[in-house]
Amino acid sequence: MSRLEEVGELLRTSPLALIVLTLACYELGRRLRERTGGHPVAQPTLVAMAVICPLLLLTDIDYDTYRAAVDPLVFLLGPATVALAVPLYRQAHRLRGRVGAMLVAIPVGAAVSILTAVLLARLAGGEEVVQRTLAPKAATTPVAISLSDQLGGLPPLSAVFAILIGILGAVVGPGLMTRLGIRDAVARGLALGSVSHGIGTSRLLHDDEAQGAFGGLGMGLTALATSLVLPLLALWLF
Amino acid sequence: MILGLLALLGCQLVGEVLVRLLDLPVPGPVIGMVVLLVLLAWRRPAPEAPVLRAADGLLAHLQLLFIPAGVGVVAYLTVLRQEAVPIVVAMLGSWLAGLVVVGGLLQLAARRRPGRGDR
Repeated sequence: MSRLEEVGELLRTSPLALIVLTLACYELGRRLRERTGGHPVAQPTLVAMAVICPLLLLTDIDYDTYRAAVDPLVFLLGPATVALAVPLYRQAHRLRGRVGAMLVAIPVGAAVSILTAVLLARLAGGEEVVQRTLAPKAATTPVAISLSDQLGGLPPLSAVFAILIGILGAVVGPGLMTRLGIRDAVARGLALGSVSHGIGTSRLLHDDEAQGAFGGLGMGLTALATSLVLPLLALWLF
Repeated sequence: MILGLLALLGCQLVGEVLVRLLDLPVPGPVIGMVVLLVLLAWRRPAPEAPVLRAADGLLAHLQLLFIPAGVGVVAYLTVLRQEAVPIVVAMLGSWLAGLVVVGGLLQLAARRRPGRGDR
């Protein structure tokens, strides 16, 4: 292998190069968010995807190579999920008297998310594997992946759907809730966390810690509710 | 920093163990979050405690950790193109339905609480 080829190989496949790329694109996204005064579309995940995806396609790096290289970042998703207990701990006093409503709203919401996703895809002529892949998309990425696997969907595509639905929530969720008259911090957090999991939550955390705390709670409870409800609904749906 | 990270990873490990022992249908980190919440409520750490600082540090960059899964889009461009209509319809419709149901129910419940209007 010539020296030039060796350098090319290092740049295209090494964890070092691809993590540097990912961090740089994330930082670009953060700066864009700052520059635009927190414009809803300037979500760092979205900005980074918009740069990295075309780059991988142009340089012919396949997704498996990229995903394996950036595995250390994926590992951190575990402790980051655990960390969502901290804003929740700080804001827990606001939940007083709301627990009952929450324990009704979240499972109902999870069932509605699953049913509407599958039935709308079916009505619009989607293939069954796509319907199965869409079913768990409201759950946070790792849950969506394992549920999709159990259900016979395409797990990595379920992860993509979960990310896209998260970005959708981060971009339009807060503004839409305000317009719909959902102004209570507990309601806003739980609602966005339950449909747009961690990415929706991170937008809320960036704007307001209380809403972000309930976003994390909504995400966790929805993950639990989806895992419990999906196998039952699947018996009837498929 | 090490102490904080140790606390977070320790809770995750306890969560993973519990999930396997009790055959729970949720991922380990979500149970780890519950474990940490119980520990925090019990120990009531000082505001600058390492675990709180580590958690804040990680959460500030939560969006970074979703990039690897999001880039997975490139592996499914064909399916996404072929099934674009059902995917877009189902994603938008189901997202909106879920948001309105959860947000609407909780907002209604907030309004009905005595002595507290909506803010």
